[in-house]
Amino acid sequence: MDGGRGARPAFRQKSAEMAVAAFIFLLGAIVIYDSARLGARWGDDGPQAGYFPFYIGLILCASSAVNLALALLNRRDRDRTFVEVGQLKLVLTVLIPSAIYVGLIGWTGIYVASAVYVAFFMRRLGKYPWWKVAAVSIGNSVAFFLIFEIWFKVPLPKGPVEALLGLD
Amino acid sequence: MDEVQSLVQGFVVALSFKNLALMFVGIVLGVIIGVLPGLGGANGVAILLPLTFSMAQAPGGTTSAIILLSCIYWGALFGGAITSILFNIPGEPWSVATTFDGYPLAQQGRAGNALTAAFTSSFVGALIAVIVITFLSPVVARFALEFGPPEFFAVYLLTFCAFVGMSKEPPFKTLASMMLGFALAAVGTDPVTGALRLTFGSTALLSGFDFLVAVIGLFGIGEILLTLEEGLAFKGAKARINLRVVLDTWKELPRYWLTSLRSAAVGCFMGIVPGGATPASFMSYGVARRFSPNGDKFGTGQVEGVVAPETAAHAAGTSALLPMLTLGVPGSPTAAVLLGGLLIWGLQPGPLLFVEQKDFVWGLIASMYLGNIAGLIVVLTCVPLFAAILRIPFSVIAPIIIVICAIGSYTVHNSLFDVWMMVVFGIAGYVFKKLSYPLAPLVLAIVLGDRAEASFRQAMLVSQGDMSVFFSNALVGSLTGLALLLLFWPLLSWLILRVRASASGARKLP
Repeated sequence: MDGGRGARPAFRQKSAEMAVAAFIFLLGAIVIYDSARLGARWGDDGPQAGYFPFYIGLILCASSAVNLALALLNRRDRDRTFVEVGQLKLVLTVLIPSAIYVGLIGWTGIYVASAVYVAFFMRRLGKYPWWKVAAVSIGNSVAFFLIFEIWFKVPLPKGPVEALLGLD
Repeated sequence: MDEVQSLVQGFVVALSFKNLALMFVGIVLGVIIGVLPGLGGANGVAILLPLTFSMAQAPGGTTSAIILLSCIYWGALFGGAITSILFNIPGEPWSVATTFDGYPLAQQGRAGNALTAAFTSSFVGALIAVIVITFLSPVVARFALEFGPPEFFAVYLLTFCAFVGMSKEPPFKTLASMMLGFALAAVGTDPVTGALRLTFGSTALLSGFDFLVAVIGLFGIGEILLTLEEGLAFKGAKARINLRVVLDTWKELPRYWLTSLRSAAVGCFMGIVPGGATPASFMSYGVARRFSPNGDKFGTGQVEGVVAPETAAHAAGTSALLPMLTLGVPGSPTAAVLLGGLLIWGLQPGPLLFVEQKDFVWGLIASMYLGNIAGLIVVLTCVPLFAAILRIPFSVIAPIIIVICAIGSYTVHNSLFDVWMMVVFGIAGYVFKKLSYPLAPLVLAIVLGDRAEASFRQAMLVSQGDMSVFFSNALVGSLTGLALLLLFWPLLSWLILRVRASASGARKLP
C-alpha cells in the first residue's frame, strides 16, 4: 500500500473499538455509583430514585465488557484502519473551528460568529476569492437574522455588534 | 365504517388553506433537507421543532404543527432518492439500496425514468401504509385502552428487544448504545421522587439531556464529519424529467405490481415493528432480486430494482407513525422526534389520543394522503431545482449546515450549553457510526427513557416489587415472552446455525 503519508492509519480499528467500549464501561460504572448513592433498593413508598438507572448501569457495563472482550479477541481488526491520518486531519480542520465557533457565540452573538465561521470555512477549504467569501458569509447571517428575529420572533444570542447597530 | 367518517372530518381539518400551504412548505423544506448532506428527516424535524412552539399554542395549532413536521418527513423520504440516483450518494440511510440500480440507470442516461419510478413507488408505498394506518390504528388504539402499566412496559420492552433481535449491527453494541440512551434520559430530576440523578452538582445538567440536541448532534454533525472523510467533491448525472419520460415510466410500472405489493408489505411490517425503513429497503431489494425473472440483472440498472427499495422505505417510514400514535412507541428516529414534539405541545401520545384529540389524529392521517400527493407533484416537477442544490460546493454548504444545527440546538432551551452538547454528540455520532454502534436505539431510549421508567415503576408498585407481574396474564405474558424471544434471537440463530453446521459436517463423514 502506498498512497503517501495521508493514507497512514492514525488509529487502528482494534484500538478504537477498545477505547470506545472502555469509555462506555466507565460511563456505566458512573451510573451504577450514583444510583447506589441515591438508593437502588425498595424504599418505604416503592422503588427508590436509583432503582431503574442502577440496572441500566449494570447492563451498560456488562454489554460494554462483552464488546471489549470481543474487540480483544478479534484478530481481523488488528490491521484494519479506523481512520487515516489524512482523513483525521480533514475532520479536525472542521471540528476545531466548530468548537471555536461555539465558544465565539457566547462572546459575539450567533450572527457575527456564524459569518466569521462560514468565511473561514470557505476561504480555508474552498479557497474562494474574498468578495465571494464576504458576500456568502454576511448574506447568510443577514438571512438568518431576518428568518429568526423578524419572521419567527425567536431571539438568538446577540453581541456587541448588534448592540452597536441598535438591533437588540 | 367509523373510520371513513372520521377520515372525512380529518380531510375537512387538513383542507384548510393554512394547512395546505404548510403542507407544501413542509414538503419543499423536507426535500431540501433530504437532499443536503448532514441534514435528514430526524434532525431536520428536530431543528424545526422549536419553531412550532408558538404555532402550537393557537387553537387547532397542534394539528397545523404536526402537518408541517410530518410533511417535512415525507419530503425527506422523497429527497433521499434524488441524491442516490443522480449522485450515487444516499442522502438517507434508507436510500442506500436505491443506489444499486438507480445510479446505473442514471449513467445510462435514464435518470428521468429512475427518478419517476422512485417517486411513484415511494408514493405507492406511502399510500398503502396510510391505508393500513387508517384502518388498523383505531383498532390498535381501542385494544390498547385496556393497557395498564405492566402492559405498557412490556410494549416498550418489545420495542427495545426488537432492536437487538432485528438490527444488523452486533447485538451487544445495540444493547450498549440503547442503555447509553436510557442513562442519558435518567440524568436530571427524577420525576417521581424529585431526587437529582447523575448531575454531580452541575446546574446545566439539572434539566437533563434533551433528545433534540442529541439528534441534531448525532445525525447532523456526525454525518458532516463522515462526509468530509470521503472527500469534498460531488459529481452527478444530469436530470431532466419531462412529461414523456413520466408517462413512459408509468406505462412500465404496472408490470411490477407484485414487487410493489410485496415491498409494501415488508415495509409496513418493518415500520410497525421498530425495524425501520433502512432494513426494510434492503430486505425488499433482496426479496425482489430473488423472485424477479430478471433477478440476475439487478445492479445493472433495472427499474424494478428501484421500485422495490423505494416502496418499502416509504411504506416503513410512514407506518412507523402507527405505533407512535396508538401506543406512544415510535418506530423510527424521526417518529421519535415527532413523538417528542407531541409531548412538548402537551399532547399525550397513546390510545387516549384517539378519544380525546380526534381532530388532531384524523387531521394528521388525512394530511398523510394529501401530503404524499403534494410530495409526488413537487418532486416530479422540481427535480432539476433540487439537484442544483447538490451542486453547491461542500465548502459553502457544510458550514451553513453546521450553523443551522447550532441555531437548532440553541433554540431548544435557549442555552449555549446545548450547543456544546451538540458538538459532543456530533463526535460521538461520528465514532459510533464508524464502529457500527446503531444510533436509532440510542435516540429512542433518550425519548422513551422517562416513560419506560415510569411504567416500570408503576408496575412494580402495583406488584410490590414482584417481577412476575410481567407474566400475570395472557396479554402481558405474550408481549414479554415475544420480547425475550427477540432479545435472545441473535443467540438462537447462532445456535441453530451451529447445530446445522455440525449436522451437515457429521453427514459428510463416512
